[in-house]
Amino acid sequence: MRAPRFLTTAGITILALGLTSCAGASPAEDAAAESTGSDGELTLYAGRDEALIAPLIEKFTDDTGIEVIARYGSSSELNALLLEEGDNTPAQVFLSQDAGALGSLSNAGLVAKIPEQLAELIPAGFTSEDDSWIGITGRARVIAYDGEKLSEEEVPDAVDDLIAPEWNGRVGFAPGNASMQSFVTAYRVLEGEEAADAWVQGISENSPVLTESNGATLDLVNSGQLDIGLINHYYWFEDAAEVGADGMRAQLKFLPGDAGGMVNVTGAAILSSAAEDPDALEFLEYLVSEAGQRYFVENTFEYPLLPGVDAPEGLPKLESLVNADLDLSNLASLEQTQELLAKYGLL
Amino acid sequence: MSEQVATRSAAATTATAGRRPAPRLLLALALIACAVASIPLVYLVVRAGSGGLDAAITVLFRPRVPQLLLNTVTLATAVTGTCVLIGVPTAFLLARARLPLRRLWAVLAALPLAVPSYLAAYGWLATAPALHGFWASWLVLTLVSVPYVTLPVAAALRAGTTGLDDVARTLGRGPWRAFWLGTWPQIRPATLAGALLVCLYVLSEFGAVSLFRFPVLTTAIQQAYGASFNRSYAAILATVLVLLAILVVLGEQAARGRAARRFGSVAGMARQRVIRLKNWTAPAIALLAVVPALAVGLPVAVLFARLLEAETLRALDVADLGQATLNTLALSAGGALIALLLALPIGVLAARYRGRLVRAVESIGYLALGLPGIVVGLSLVFFSLSVLPGLYQTALVLAFAYGVLFMPKAIGAIRSSTAQVPTSLEDVSRTLGYGKLQTWWLVTARLARPGIAAGGLLVAVTAMKELPATLLLRPTGTDTLAIELWARTDVSAYGAAAPYAATLILVAAVPAFLLSGAGRGRLDGVRT
Repeated sequence: MRAPRFLTTAGITILALGLTSCAGASPAEDAAAESTGSDGELTLYAGRDEALIAPLIEKFTDDTGIEVIARYGSSSELNALLLEEGDNTPAQVFLSQDAGALGSLSNAGLVAKIPEQLAELIPAGFTSEDDSWIGITGRARVIAYDGEKLSEEEVPDAVDDLIAPEWNGRVGFAPGNASMQSFVTAYRVLEGEEAADAWVQGISENSPVLTESNGATLDLVNSGQLDIGLINHYYWFEDAAEVGADGMRAQLKFLPGDAGGMVNVTGAAILSSAAEDPDALEFLEYLVSEAGQRYFVENTFEYPLLPGVDAPEGLPKLESLVNADLDLSNLASLEQTQELLAKYGLL
Repeated sequence: MSEQVATRSAAATTATAGRRPAPRLLLALALIACAVASIPLVYLVVRAGSGGLDAAITVLFRPRVPQLLLNTVTLATAVTGTCVLIGVPTAFLLARARLPLRRLWAVLAALPLAVPSYLAAYGWLATAPALHGFWASWLVLTLVSVPYVTLPVAAALRAGTTGLDDVARTLGRGPWRAFWLGTWPQIRPATLAGALLVCLYVLSEFGAVSLFRFPVLTTAIQQAYGASFNRSYAAILATVLVLLAILVVLGEQAARGRAARRFGSVAGMARQRVIRLKNWTAPAIALLAVVPALAVGLPVAVLFARLLEAETLRALDVADLGQATLNTLALSAGGALIALLLALPIGVLAARYRGRLVRAVESIGYLALGLPGIVVGLSLVFFSLSVLPGLYQTALVLAFAYGVLFMPKAIGAIRSSTAQVPTSLEDVSRTLGYGKLQTWWLVTARLARPGIAAGGLLVAVTAMKELPATLLLRPTGTDTLAIELWARTDVSAYGAAAPYAATLILVAAVPAFLLSGAGRGRLDGVRT
């Protein structure tokens, strides 16, 4: 009898200690701190990798003295979380991988307007149309191809070629991925609904390899399982940073002028509960400052959106890629794209 | 004939069970637990309803949905069937055969529980990148799920008797026929309980199927959150999953119901014959070795290969790893405690009483297991913000989520271990003047303790690996091993993820070890 009682006591003690030690910041306190003045503290929901964002936050805190409490997750999960939390969210700023998530928060009335002088910094087409969020970086849709099987010349310059019988069963993509869907939206806007319908039908009948994510698509190309993958350009650089560029079997081909080479943006929004919070504003200003933009260029090889900051070396100019003044956060249009993909069994 | 023997011995111990109405307090507690378990269901109905009927019809009639449904059902059936086919013979060898290194095999049989499905899938992919689709998903999910069948069946065999087989043999039945008549009815409820856990788990699994690119309902639900930003789409698909889970739970109850009535308990007849394998020893050991080797050995080997890369070791933040380990332990222990508190009234009720209400309470208790973690996580965000906003994003709510998600894993263990305690012992206690609660605590709980502990351990080991609900509900800034692992695999930095993955497997191996026969032996030893 003694032993189990000892075990129980010890267990409960460890539990109590553990649960209090990992209690972290109390959201009630954060919520109470939403006054108009700076409180030197900011709660951020970051839908991007911690390894990438944490050093940037550290620099921001060094420069401004504002402490950032960051909650990391995937953009889609944090977006679902924010929609569920509504006005009760402890978050003041949401940093998102894609524009659609920001659009859904805006539709739900959960974000505050970005002040005009800040919103103006980013060129139209790369940020929101109604100042509900601000664009931070751009990522190009590209073709990743198996460099051991294909030469760059053999890889098509346009996605239209991919529905040819020659590519049957050799092309992969993630139909459920937001940036893939943005590309289909871009195709609809640029080439018209009929052409888009024909392309989606064509690719769906060409035995495509469907994946769950861009990263998984690239892994397939890199391991020789797939000849061509439609992904975002920076995934390649992430992998190359891990194994070295020489170790990459997959190679990239940019598609200037083609819908398949369009540019998606990442962005940030201020949640409505923090509308007057100077700390939140300061963080957004930092993200689109020269220092902030350079950080992304150097660490993620993404396109900076602030005019005057150079794109990463070796990438085609941002202006050469299709953007079509798309409103990437237009969810009504996104829904049409999803219906199109669903019609041909891709979603 | 042998069936009659069993019936009579069962009748002697459980004659009064099922006839009395359940005590009010127990029923009330069970109903509260049941209400807690239905939080995700209520949430789903609210969310699915918010999209309107049109949205539901549009989503349900997408051309891809029948395929997703078929894939989900086929995978769940195939994995469950294979787990039973491997798990029952494994359990039989562990419990009844004379084996060299018997304890080692018992521990190894439980060890796959410590491996998260996504890690096992990753290990296989790193070894054979071409793996994908149904067979790959079937293989990996089977490998990590077999212990859900092996453990309860081995426990039932250890508690059971070979006496009935012997009766059948003396009456001229062959050994297989005798097993079928004598032993199978004793282990059938445990087999069904294990199969139920496997089936519900496969319904809700996301990690391995997404890595193997096998489209099922959970991957579609994840896509609905990931790209359409439309919560009602996701909720509609999740509702389909719940309906499947309800069918599975009702099916198991129907199958078990008959078995349980005929063969309640055979306590007091626990005579066991040990089988000498002789020439069959080597094949038996091969069978026992293959699942742990493929489920644990292979991913661990891949991890070690990654771990030895110089950069990985250099980048390791030991303090960070230590904190994440402590958090994981505390949260999963808290989750196990809460799951036990919720599962106890349901398990005891289901073991001792019958009727429509009891069956309904038990069914609802199981349903959360068939839901993907992201849905349960969001439902608790919704719940805690509307009921206990002060506790939102605290460790308590996360531990509570683990409790809700995984209490089904404890219900079965509590039910079967309580059912094995003869009600006659409780009656003796009552005639000695002890009250109902005192009797439960002094007699029933004490005898059922190994089973209850096993339920708690099963919850703990699962909670350690949990990711989607943890991401949503954890206190901001609190990391668990699974979160750290996720953060590193997300940037394809598998090398940096290796230490966290290895620690997670190591930590989860402790409850898995305790769940094996070796752990049980020690618990028994303490009691005397």
